Amino acid sequence: MSVALVDLGCGNLGSVAMALERFGETPLVTSNPEQIAAADRVVLPGVGAAGYAMDRIDALGLAGTLKSLRQPVLGICLGMQLLFEASEEGETACLGIIPGRVRRLESSKGRPVPHMGWSRLKVSDPNIGLREGDYVYFAHSFACDFGPATRASAEYGRDIPAIISLQNFSGAQFHPERSGEAGARFLQAWLSA
Amino acid sequence: MPSRRIIPCLDVKDGRIVKGVRFRDHRDAGDIIDQALRYRNEGADELVFYDIGASPEGRSLDLEWVGRIARIIDIPFTVAGGIRNRDSAAACLDAGADKISINSPALERPELIGEIARDFGSQCVVIGIDSMAVEGGHAVKQYTGSPDAARDSGRTTLDWAREAAARGAGEIVLNCMLRDGVRQGYDINHVREVAEAVDIPVIASGGAGALEHFRDVFLLSSASGALAASVFHDRLIAIPDLKEFLAKCGIEMRL
Repeated sequence: MSVALVDLGCGNLGSVAMALERFGETPLVTSNPEQIAAADRVVLPGVGAAGYAMDRIDALGLAGTLKSLRQPVLGICLGMQLLFEASEEGETACLGIIPGRVRRLESSKGRPVPHMGWSRLKVSDPNIGLREGDYVYFAHSFACDFGPATRASAEYGRDIPAIISLQNFSGAQFHPERSGEAGARFLQAWLSA
Repeated sequence: MPSRRIIPCLDVKDGRIVKGVRFRDHRDAGDIIDQALRYRNEGADELVFYDIGASPEGRSLDLEWVGRIARIIDIPFTVAGGIRNRDSAAACLDAGADKISINSPALERPELIGEIARDFGSQCVVIGIDSMAVEGGHAVKQYTGSPDAARDSGRTTLDWAREAAARGAGEIVLNCMLRDGVRQGYDINHVREVAEAVDIPVIASGGAGALEHFRDVFLLSSASGALAASVFHDRLIAIPDLKEFLAKCGIEMRL
């Protein structure tokens, strides 16, 4: 199976690539539209700011390619947020594949922002490799709207989508590559779906 | 709130894990990969690796071991030591580190915090603060990696914590220097005042010696995590026992 890891040039592809390698995959790190379109699986990772990432997608001419993909696509953290319509982070228009917006988390006493650490999941889809009560690792200041695409969520002031899925597009707000055994189960299920 | 984090800190020197007392007199504490795997398997929530030679020797940290850790570890880890600019931070993140921790270089040039946060996000920028109790409060020390170079930064801890957060830091590790390595408990009042002064996560560091010390810092402050080194390296406290104890005390733990 071929896995394309989309390289937006905003860093930290390493940990996702290494996680895929732990499952015996050899991801192709690429920003080439033909290579992305030809892969069996596409992973859109991302750290950093939504505006910068969308600028990179536009500069690389990837928006059309990403939207038209029919194979399983997984956005991780910022990569998941980019699948939505728009982000409050820099008032950025995103890919618009998943209905809804991305909003800033509000801090409160005992609930600092970024939401950083291991939070418990509520899981509504039995086919994503995750179990009710699994702890997974989050590190984010913005979160997607809760909606029909939500498959698992975590509580942080509000219910925040942890896993979303719509047709062939999935997203993980947490970092499966850094979420121990639970994260490995999720990645394994996505790779074999 | 997410589960409170238990974070072993591993000091690295010449590719080996070492541990000193009050930032001095380092002795060997094992192979870096063996130790990383051991703590991951025992249930550590996160690891911090601090290249203690980098800053005093005027170099950036050794990327070779960062990549080796990233390859085998499936929990988050932070690296620290000698990260002086955006590009050295980028190199650590590219090598697979989840977060970078900056201390003295951020004091020298606070704009560095915003430069890294803007390109890579606040969630990967940790500010380490070496805080020393002084008359009337706490002061930030600089260049503590080398006893000869250590000096006052001229800032109070509370002011610096607030400024770092405002500039885009995503987390603070508060090292209470007088407590480091002496196992008398965390400086709970100080951790609490810093955690209340900022709205980003604060990690308590320095002083862990017993299970109750972790319990107290979690019950009496809003610290997001507790960092410790010698009690874990010397096997005085086993992480599974610690997490089970804290869970029984009503503190949310990832078990």
